[in-house]
Amino acid sequence: MNILVCIKQVPDMEGWFVPNDSGSWFEEGGHVWRMNEYDLCAVEEAVRLKDTLGGAARVTVLSIGPSRVVETIRKALAMGCDHGVHIDDSSAPERDSWQIAAMIAGFAADRGFDLVFTGMQSEDRSSAQVGVLVAERLGIASATGITSLVWHDDSVTVERELERGRRCQLRLKLPVLLTCQLGLNTPRYTTLPNIMKSKRAVLTVLRPEDSGIEAPRVSSSEFRPHERNAAGIVLEGDAGTVALQVLALLDERGIIPAQGGVR
Amino acid sequence: MKLMLVGETREGALVPEVAELFGFAACHDAEVSMVLAGAVGDLPSFGGRLYCKDAGNPFDMAFHKRLVLAAVEREQPDAIVFLHSSYGWEVAPRVAFALDAAQVSAIARIGDGGYVVECCNGKMRRTVKPLSSRIVLTIQPGAFAPVVTEGTPEVIAIEAEPDSTIEFLGSIQPERGIDLTRAGVIVSAGRGMVSAERIELVRALADALGGEVGASRPVVDAGWLERSRQVGTSGQNVSPALYVACGISGAIQHLAGMKGSGFVLAVNTDADAPVGSVADVLVVADVAEFLPALTAAIREQQ
Repeated sequence: MNILVCIKQVPDMEGWFVPNDSGSWFEEGGHVWRMNEYDLCAVEEAVRLKDTLGGAARVTVLSIGPSRVVETIRKALAMGCDHGVHIDDSSAPERDSWQIAAMIAGFAADRGFDLVFTGMQSEDRSSAQVGVLVAERLGIASATGITSLVWHDDSVTVERELERGRRCQLRLKLPVLLTCQLGLNTPRYTTLPNIMKSKRAVLTVLRPEDSGIEAPRVSSSEFRPHERNAAGIVLEGDAGTVALQVLALLDERGIIPAQGGVR
Repeated sequence: MKLMLVGETREGALVPEVAELFGFAACHDAEVSMVLAGAVGDLPSFGGRLYCKDAGNPFDMAFHKRLVLAAVEREQPDAIVFLHSSYGWEVAPRVAFALDAAQVSAIARIGDGGYVVECCNGKMRRTVKPLSSRIVLTIQPGAFAPVVTEGTPEVIAIEAEPDSTIEFLGSIQPERGIDLTRAGVIVSAGRGMVSAERIELVRALADALGGEVGASRPVVDAGWLERSRQVGTSGQNVSPALYVACGISGAIQHLAGMKGSGFVLAVNTDADAPVGSVADVLVVADVAEFLPALTAAIREQQ
């Protein structure tokens, strides 16, 4: 059983984002970097499957990006992945989904993966395209946003999340690519011995040119903060004082009267 | 310009969000057609060509892709437009790859010579411009006002080969629980509540306001509240008179489910959290301090 997990390193979203000079994306400096949350679920699911299958499974983890992403690859190794692959590409943060998928598929083609996991989307670019594009390039089946996985010998049964709390249950024949939704599992914490071991692991390092990079299909510009509700009011300060200000506003707008319940 | 809208069906009916596709189309001076790969009783009303096929298996996405491509082949549109939904996530990239076309996902609005999309969990925005002549687009839920169209479409049957790799085993209906869609006041808990114990602060505020408790996805995933209380595209679409978002940053999927609220009070430590884009009042504070203060102030007045 040969499993590939594709992960992305993203900045902590509570950080301060400063547009770069061209406005195409943000300045790298000053951010705390971590694994994309959806990808944590992907790594966890791959490692759980490996645990279920015993020694018969091998999990490769792949990340594309500048040298900072090595730390996140090592985190996945500490969670239980067997082998790390780094496509060393300092331009990766600004590559579009088409290019990222081309590189992943370039790596995965001819390596005989039975199962490929990705996150459902990245938290920073949120295009939700890469997984399906990889599957199409590899000519394998795929399902997005899975919230449950049951393994059979030559197939998997998955639940996919739909709208309004509905789900569907599907069976897919291997090889298959699955994109993981939050809630699929609870990613494990890493232990000190495993962290130490992951630091010594030797990674396979590839260049974008070795991995089938292609020209982009979209451009990105005018990176900026979202527009705040223009009529919105921002309050800050002593909790008790702000609470009274809020109540006065709610009363003023006729939402809750100063006396009694909700209108 | 020629736009081909990709309709969606759910359990034998056209999904109401199809009106948002027409809303997107109304922003263009375009010739509009639609492709629909599903069984529906009532066809959409509009004056254009409607490419149709009952696909049977609603989740054989390779089949759905081929049906869309068959319609594209006949119609030769400039842009193929999907909803950014569980269906759009599956089929749009398949179609984009087959057509060697640029895809722009989750369009929030049209502008700046391209498409404005949200990024960094909804905190930031950027403008994406396709570099290919034919393009695939998905539109963010709730971003384009629904447009009701009239007319009788010219129905054109399409054919394609089904696929055998994906077998549909069945649907799972949502857990029955509290109906938040009728609530006048909802106090929702987000990840910023930090622990299950602090959900009590949300409950206390909801009680003081005579409202219901709601939740964002991470709170439900963590098991702090039942899944039936989830607000957002994968949970319930709510429109209370007052919505209080406690420690909710405001992911796109959550905001899409509560945008219809009359008045939004958000409490968050991050003054730049995306929930600020819909908040009438944003209180920059720690929920653990502010919620008890607000609850006490309300009780004081009662």
